Amino acid sequence: MTVRTAEFTASILLILASLGLMWKSADGLSVGWIPGAGPGSGFWPFWLAVIMLLSSIATLVRWFLRATPQSRSDEAFVDRDTVQIVGLTVLALFFLLLASHYFGMYVSLMAFLLFYLRFIGGHSWTLSITLMVFIPTFVFFFFEYLMTIPLPKGITEPLFYPLYQFLY
Amino acid sequence: MESILIPLMGGLAEALQPLNLSMLVIGCLIGLFVGAMPGLGSVNGVAILLPVTFLVPPDAAIIFLAAVYYGAMYGGAVSSITLGIPGASTAVATVFDGRPMAQSGKADQALLTAAIASFVGGTISVVLFTFFAPPLAAFALKFGPAEEFALMMLAFATFVGLGGDDIAKTIGSIAIGLILATIGLDIISGKPRLIFFDISGFFHGVNFLVLAIGIYGIGEMLWTLEQTKGDVQVHRVRAGLGSIAEHLRRIKEYIVPASLSGLLGYFVGILPAAGATPGSLMAYGMTKALSKDPDSFGKGNIKGIAAPESANNAASTGSMLPMITLGIPGSPTTAILLGGMIIWGLRPGPLLFTEHPDFVWGLIGSLYIANIFAVILNIAMIPLFVRVLTLKFTILAPVIFVLCIVGGYAPTQTMHDLWLMLLFGVVGYLLRKLDYPVAPAVLAIVLGPLAERSLRQSLLSSQGDPLIFLERPLSAIFILVAVALFVYPLALRWWRNRQRDDSAVPAGE
Repeated sequence: MTVRTAEFTASILLILASLGLMWKSADGLSVGWIPGAGPGSGFWPFWLAVIMLLSSIATLVRWFLRATPQSRSDEAFVDRDTVQIVGLTVLALFFLLLASHYFGMYVSLMAFLLFYLRFIGGHSWTLSITLMVFIPTFVFFFFEYLMTIPLPKGITEPLFYPLYQFLY
Repeated sequence: MESILIPLMGGLAEALQPLNLSMLVIGCLIGLFVGAMPGLGSVNGVAILLPVTFLVPPDAAIIFLAAVYYGAMYGGAVSSITLGIPGASTAVATVFDGRPMAQSGKADQALLTAAIASFVGGTISVVLFTFFAPPLAAFALKFGPAEEFALMMLAFATFVGLGGDDIAKTIGSIAIGLILATIGLDIISGKPRLIFFDISGFFHGVNFLVLAIGIYGIGEMLWTLEQTKGDVQVHRVRAGLGSIAEHLRRIKEYIVPASLSGLLGYFVGILPAAGATPGSLMAYGMTKALSKDPDSFGKGNIKGIAAPESANNAASTGSMLPMITLGIPGSPTTAILLGGMIIWGLRPGPLLFTEHPDFVWGLIGSLYIANIFAVILNIAMIPLFVRVLTLKFTILAPVIFVLCIVGGYAPTQTMHDLWLMLLFGVVGYLLRKLDYPVAPAVLAIVLGPLAERSLRQSLLSSQGDPLIFLERPLSAIFILVAVALFVYPLALRWWRNRQRDDSAVPAGE
């Protein structure tokens, strides 16, 4: 995909999104003027979506006229190296969140750190494992103990019982 | 005079309390580090660390975050000089002369210049801040909802008129931020709005931190991974006590441009769309234009390092002025601080000076002290920072991602917000590649609820008559300036095109 195609796609998607937002703001809410009281609940989001629509149409028009630097560029939107490092990172983050639902955040964070440091970063096993253990431990003491914000633990909750007993 | 000095003394005492002082020193250290890392600047540091500050009371939290903000301005120069990559966008102009100076083996002098100039700019701006803030807040007490709304429109208009980005994309970005702020329950009627696909997570709205950490944490890291491909090249620095002694004799070479740049940076920093990056570029341009020897700039002129470094520190203080006095952030970083103040239960705006004087004066006092600590820590730790910069980015990146995820979970404690954060991060990264500015969206999501409330309050009081914004003189002035800022770039383009046509005709004949 070239930068030119990417800008076209983005403005079309933003146009569709603003139409969706306009429809959603009008859904069961008053987008108009209630006499004597001013705007209804849907007024502000609705007209903002209209502004978003107009600005996206303006970008689309400028794309047709080749007025923006992006619309004149035939370079690749994301080059091969970028796909590799950024794409892998996004995938790793996606699976980190997905795994957090089932296995809890601590186990998922450890897996994420190990994967990132050892396999994306290519660092030594010693460094990867040290950070994999140290960072979640730090997070645990900072968030659970000092700030009393429990992070999701999913099915790994029983593993933490001894720690709870020790701390509280 | 006395009405300022007495509370200032109180503020200094407040900032020197053990908890506040330790927050300040830790904040300065983290800020220096965050600023020095390529790809991370003050805004990223403040966004990622805000959730962590729920641990301490608001007074200490704001001092910590302001110290991070401040330290980052100092730290930005370190990577500009040693790597030739700006440590943050605010230190872009420092590369122009900092890099050549480092290449000629004078990296130590360049780093010291950056530190001392930052101190000069920081001190000038903090003093200006102290004397400007109370009168401005007193003046702003007269503002009703109509003025508040008009002022916010003015803040957004500065992005269009002065931001320098594509106008249509800037407006789109503002609109997206404002719409995201409307998700959830309507504050006036209590009706649910924009609950997409009936997902219950949207009922509590989209916390501004979800967008801020998404864009400035995850999105920024993706951006930096793309730019550096996980690798950086460091320039060698040799620094010792001898360098400091040598440097003390050179301060007089740049003290005047640094002071002027500090003044300029402060006033540029007050404007929401301008801030530290354009402020430092303008200061660089001004110093070069005023110099007797403009050709030496870009080849390692010491003034070319002093000017932008002084200006970016001054601008960061300047951007706090409208945040504290008017409740309008002067930069993306202060937008996040403002959002933080709302989370801590403070109502930003002119009343802050009368209702929470400890908070405001503690912050002001801490700026004085943070300035002193930042310059000392900066100079003392130059060797360490240079070592840290040799770390591979693939070590730092996962650690920052972990902080983003855990920090993003803290404010609302739902997985829903984490998914949104990842989405915003990726979409923000992709849109940024297409030149959509992201800062207006972050400002908009913070100001959105306040803007809508003041709009609807004004219209309720005028029985739905929109002319209220023009009937009240102050609000009319704000609206007129806002309209002028909207029209200005369009008029400028039209004027240039016309001139080009005029000059093109005789050339063609």
